[in-house]
Amino acid sequence: MVQQSPVAGTIRKPVNPRVESYKNLWRRLRKNKAAVVGGLLILVFLVAGIIGPYLTTQDPNLPQISIKLQGPSAEHWFGTDNYGRDIFTRIIHGMGITMTVGFFSVALGGIIGVFLGIVSGYYGGKLDTVIMRIMDILLAFPGILLALAIVSVLGGSLTNLIIAVGVFSVPAFARIVRGSTLSVRRLEYIDAVKALGASDARIIFKHILPNVMSPIIVQLTLRIATAVLTASGLSFLGLGAPPPTPEWGAMLSEGRAYMQQAPHLVLFPGLMIVLFVLAFNIFGDGLRDALDPKMNK
Amino acid sequence: METDLLKVEDLRTSFYTDEGEVKAVDGVSFILPKGKTLGIVGESGSGKSITALSILNLLASNGKIVGGEINFKGKNLLSFSDKEMREIRGNAISMIFQEPMTSLNPVFTVGQQISESIIKHQKLSKKEANIRSIELLKLVGIPSPDKRVKQYPYELSGGMRQRVMIAIALACNPEMLIADEPTTALDVTIQAQILGLIRGLQTRFGMSVIMITHDLGVVAETCDFVAVMYAGQVVEYSDIFTLFEEPKHPYTIGLMNSLPRHDVEIEKLEPIRGNVPNPKEMPTGCRFSPRCPAATDLCRREMPELLKDDDGNDVRCWIYSEKWEGEAEVTVYGEKRIAKGHGSETILSD
Repeated sequence: MVQQSPVAGTIRKPVNPRVESYKNLWRRLRKNKAAVVGGLLILVFLVAGIIGPYLTTQDPNLPQISIKLQGPSAEHWFGTDNYGRDIFTRIIHGMGITMTVGFFSVALGGIIGVFLGIVSGYYGGKLDTVIMRIMDILLAFPGILLALAIVSVLGGSLTNLIIAVGVFSVPAFARIVRGSTLSVRRLEYIDAVKALGASDARIIFKHILPNVMSPIIVQLTLRIATAVLTASGLSFLGLGAPPPTPEWGAMLSEGRAYMQQAPHLVLFPGLMIVLFVLAFNIFGDGLRDALDPKMNK
Repeated sequence: METDLLKVEDLRTSFYTDEGEVKAVDGVSFILPKGKTLGIVGESGSGKSITALSILNLLASNGKIVGGEINFKGKNLLSFSDKEMREIRGNAISMIFQEPMTSLNPVFTVGQQISESIIKHQKLSKKEANIRSIELLKLVGIPSPDKRVKQYPYELSGGMRQRVMIAIALACNPEMLIADEPTTALDVTIQAQILGLIRGLQTRFGMSVIMITHDLGVVAETCDFVAVMYAGQVVEYSDIFTLFEEPKHPYTIGLMNSLPRHDVEIEKLEPIRGNVPNPKEMPTGCRFSPRCPAATDLCRREMPELLKDDDGNDVRCWIYSEKWEGEAEVTVYGEKRIAKGHGSETILSD
């Protein structure tokens, strides 16, 4: 006979802990003022990057030599550059490029890095050693140098910039995911699903991946900042998007020659890069604190 | 007619560590008849869990089965491919684990986890699997199964989770269930319920069960046959009555002596002196010899074979072999007995 359990307590309304934990996450995130500011800034960037180009009245790439190097005015909010192009318009158009480079390169690096890290942590042994040593080699390059090397091999274009920055982000993801996978792999429920006949692929993607998601999300946010910084750096060195693309790093580079006469040429693109990176960094930090179970109060 | 569902013969499993080979299981043989329960008893590190994991071939990557045979329904599981083993796991042979608190994946509902193996092995749709999950939860005695099925593991108590684990294990009507210390992490009243549940389901579905435990009380309550393990070997295999009435191996006798009993008056329980040997430095000869009160030079020199008698009861001890001369005196629960060598009718007499 099947017995009735005397410990069967009251039945609470079934709640989805994922929904529940996202609610908590939002509550904790809201308490962190810096993170809120970062998040709002990201939102502004996102909206401006997507719909901004349709609202600007001027052509970002049309040279108007007659009005070159003008300071900020009512007509040209951020002034004009050495070809007489409106800097504000160029920055708005550059927003989309910066975002594209940031998101796609991190997505690329994230997908490859997460895959390598999870495989490395799950299988261990020689495979782990080989993968992680390759990651160590990639990490041994001073950040931008690696991306620089890749772009010089592939040639300078937006796609190659994304690839270069993506490859540069792989080791960070691989390391973090490997570590989390190692701890999750040892939990008994992994043995339990193995004992139920689950295949390795199923265990990795269905049972381990959702459990290592939080550090991945945080890392994605933080890496976007690094990726944008690296991409701007490469463009500054002339290895990113070819002119006249309104890429912020490239704008900075072009404006460098006029720093004495017209500092606004470097001031505004530089400021945008700083704001963009700062926004993602403080938002990422806030997200990490909010997702850290030890911070649960 | 084949009545032995599982026959393990001379199983040897080793782990390869930086310090060399560790023989975690080194000569395990036992038989599990259809519909019966076999207890595997032993201390921590005696190799009982590794034996169970070897049967399902679920060893960690540095572990390897180096010898022996595992015959399940007449087929040697060791010759199966990975894919064939996955078909066996969770389907013909299921396993439940010691720690119900961590045996369920925290990010999926109870229903999703029960459904997983149903969908895999029985090719049912999600909806059908969900209906079956509710039935299974009802079967294992969980009230309001239609609500529980949507809950997450953190919403359930330890006893409830172990019931869910049992439901998952039973999902595909397995012929054999391996229970690795299913009640160790639970408190006593829940222990009794879970054992009762397993036994009830066993008789209802005619399953065979391997009950791994260090608790002789659990063995007495649930098992038909017992394999006693010491330092990676089976030292005694017999039916439950013989084991409790006439334990043969000095280790088994030692275990009995250290167990309080309500039917015998005794002043002081007698522990087994010494410690389990380090698997990296096994003694030559009988592995129990350093702790055995009856050990002789022969015991310390040569490893005894697993001796089989006519009733199918096995013991790995020189006392019962032809090589043993004379008699050996053993004390079973304050009562002196004479254990005689091979060939005598009464192996133990008063």
